[in-house]
Amino acid sequence: MTHLTPTADGGRTSRKGAAARLGRIRSLTGMLFVSPYVLFVFAVFAVPLVYTVWISVHRFYFTAPGTHVDAPWVGLANYRDVFTDPVVGRAFVNIAVFLVINVPLTVILSLVLASALNAKIRFRSFFRAAYYLPYITASVALVAVWQFLFGTDGFVNHALGSLAPDPSWLVNSHLAMPMIAFFVTWKQLGFFVMLYLAALQNVSKELYEAAAVDGAGRIRQFFSVTVPGVRPATTLVVIYAIITGANLFSEPYLLTGGGGPDHASVSPVLLMYQKGIEQGHPDFAAALGVVLVCFVLVISLAARKLTERGN
Amino acid sequence: MLRRTAYTLLVLAVAGAATACGRAAPDAEVAASSRGPITVWLSNNAQEVAWGKKMIAAWNERHPDEHVTAQQIPAGKTSEEAISASIIAGSTACLVFNTSPASVPTFQKQNGLVPLSDFPDGDAYITARGGALTDQYRSPDGTFYQLPWKSNPVMILYNKKIFEQAGLDPEHPRLATYDQFLETARTLVHSGAAKAAIWPAPSSEFFQSWFDFYPAFAAESGGKQLVENGTPQFDSPAGRKAAAFWRTLYAEKLAPQETYPGDALNDGKAAMATVGPWAVAAYKDSVDIGVVPVPTSHGTPPQDTYSFSDEKSVAMFSACRNRATAWDLLKFATSGQQDEAFLDETGQMPLRENLLASYPDFFAKHPLYKPFALQAEHIVEVPNVPGSIDIWQAFRDAWTKSVVFGEESTGTALRKASDRIGKLLDEYGDPA
Repeated sequence: MTHLTPTADGGRTSRKGAAARLGRIRSLTGMLFVSPYVLFVFAVFAVPLVYTVWISVHRFYFTAPGTHVDAPWVGLANYRDVFTDPVVGRAFVNIAVFLVINVPLTVILSLVLASALNAKIRFRSFFRAAYYLPYITASVALVAVWQFLFGTDGFVNHALGSLAPDPSWLVNSHLAMPMIAFFVTWKQLGFFVMLYLAALQNVSKELYEAAAVDGAGRIRQFFSVTVPGVRPATTLVVIYAIITGANLFSEPYLLTGGGGPDHASVSPVLLMYQKGIEQGHPDFAAALGVVLVCFVLVISLAARKLTERGN
Repeated sequence: MLRRTAYTLLVLAVAGAATACGRAAPDAEVAASSRGPITVWLSNNAQEVAWGKKMIAAWNERHPDEHVTAQQIPAGKTSEEAISASIIAGSTACLVFNTSPASVPTFQKQNGLVPLSDFPDGDAYITARGGALTDQYRSPDGTFYQLPWKSNPVMILYNKKIFEQAGLDPEHPRLATYDQFLETARTLVHSGAAKAAIWPAPSSEFFQSWFDFYPAFAAESGGKQLVENGTPQFDSPAGRKAAAFWRTLYAEKLAPQETYPGDALNDGKAAMATVGPWAVAAYKDSVDIGVVPVPTSHGTPPQDTYSFSDEKSVAMFSACRNRATAWDLLKFATSGQQDEAFLDETGQMPLRENLLASYPDFFAKHPLYKPFALQAEHIVEVPNVPGSIDIWQAFRDAWTKSVVFGEESTGTALRKASDRIGKLLDEYGDPA
């Protein structure tokens, strides 16, 4: 038989204990729910990132299972190789060119298109789907279309006749990277339009009415109501565009034949693949990867400061 | 209970990850004498797959206890990438019938290869089969890590119909010297018969030089390798002539600077291509082709013209647990009888001496393959040196910059590439 001992303060302590137990259960339940994601992040992000940093400061290459091969500590030697490799420098310049074209163009076009698609226009659903279609289509298929359009004997050069650039668009060292930037802008536009469309739903209609009463036309309303109203979305769009742009791989790999002509469209991630996988230098590729992470972090933080200024 | 479940999940996840990462390797001593079922990989060439299936069926009929399964090399941008990834994963097949000699030093460095010289009759079998041709395939330590299997000596294939359309004699094309070749190329393009005279990939992958510069350099230099005795050989009169020849083709737009998304010769976009005998079977239903040797500045007689071998070897990989069976299968697949079957099925040249004398019936029946058999006696392999891929990449970077896009003079580019490759050879020779 169990004896229950009454507490000095009656039922208050037992209620406190029950509440604490409930809190612990809730906390553990929460931990249980988030644990798969924590494990996922740990396995696919934290461990590889730490391993990458480790590889980047050792002389390392991949070997067959069960093989013991020395991986001596080399300090910053791999970073020195990265910073003195002219192709790496070219890759970062290429990415800078890409971002300078892609990010502003993405922000401007997607905001303008989202505003247009938010208005009551005919065939609105059709246009929304049409802009989204390139985003969900495989890059390989779209690249084939662009090669058909911008090849030496492509549709665009036929239309331009003697005005066509020589060498042609995709093998021209001055035009290859801008072409990739335009391609990616066009391909991803649908996604960013969707983000802005969602953000536009939160901009109060009363603000537009008040602006109209004050005599603001459509353009003034766009700059004075819409642009400030979707500023958080703009921050998201800018940072997301920078991150995806800095991790550019498929387009130079497919559209310009592996970063050609003569590395004019090579990107850091493509170079990591070429050095790490094709040429068997994972230590160099790891150091380049760490540099790229830092580059993206700095640019993203700067962009965030810039876009949130005045909030 | 919840705490226990959470801990259990964590332990399971960590154990799973540890199991996935813990890659087991076979014991080399046990594996060397072990027999049993094995898997082999074949290239994805349709004719090679057809031969491989028949060869494996013949083996399996005779060796029911040592069953062999054949698969095509897993898909990848190149076979070498797929093989390298599988070495790291420990999932390579026992034998790969499509191993590039240029990748052997890399696979060796990864400890992915079984030294074939370690088998009691290893060296004897390899040298008896290939004769003097096998010397280029020994690794610097004197060991064979590959059995040189078949060559695809690179020659100039041309589309007779396009030559005819351009008003050229398709039976006696003027392609022996650089001047003749350029004159013919100009006629082909300017007449509108073809968009390109020749269309090799102008891209910067390390291996692309094997199909433009290297055959031309081998022919012009009388059989020199890119690197010999630890010294680059291409910054020489022969190298400069070969580079200048290709530069003229690109500068005059006789060879396009864009990568063709397909097979330009097969599609009638290019009049010529630098390819091996594998292409004869591939083009037989679509293109009426002729074959000539690679040109040189002064027009070398065909019987004295060297070219790149485009050889593929068979290598045994360290993931193999039944290596005695794999070695026996390797000898079976490269026997005189199987080599004849391979030649018959694919048209590719088994790496043996005196092919014309060894297989007279085949060449009497298929005269188009005769020039390739003659060429197979004068082939140059990629240098079997550590850092081979880095060396080829350094060369290719210089090539695309100067020869393809004309952003630097070819002479300067070759000199810079030679210096760079010299440094790479020093670094790999002395990794410390």
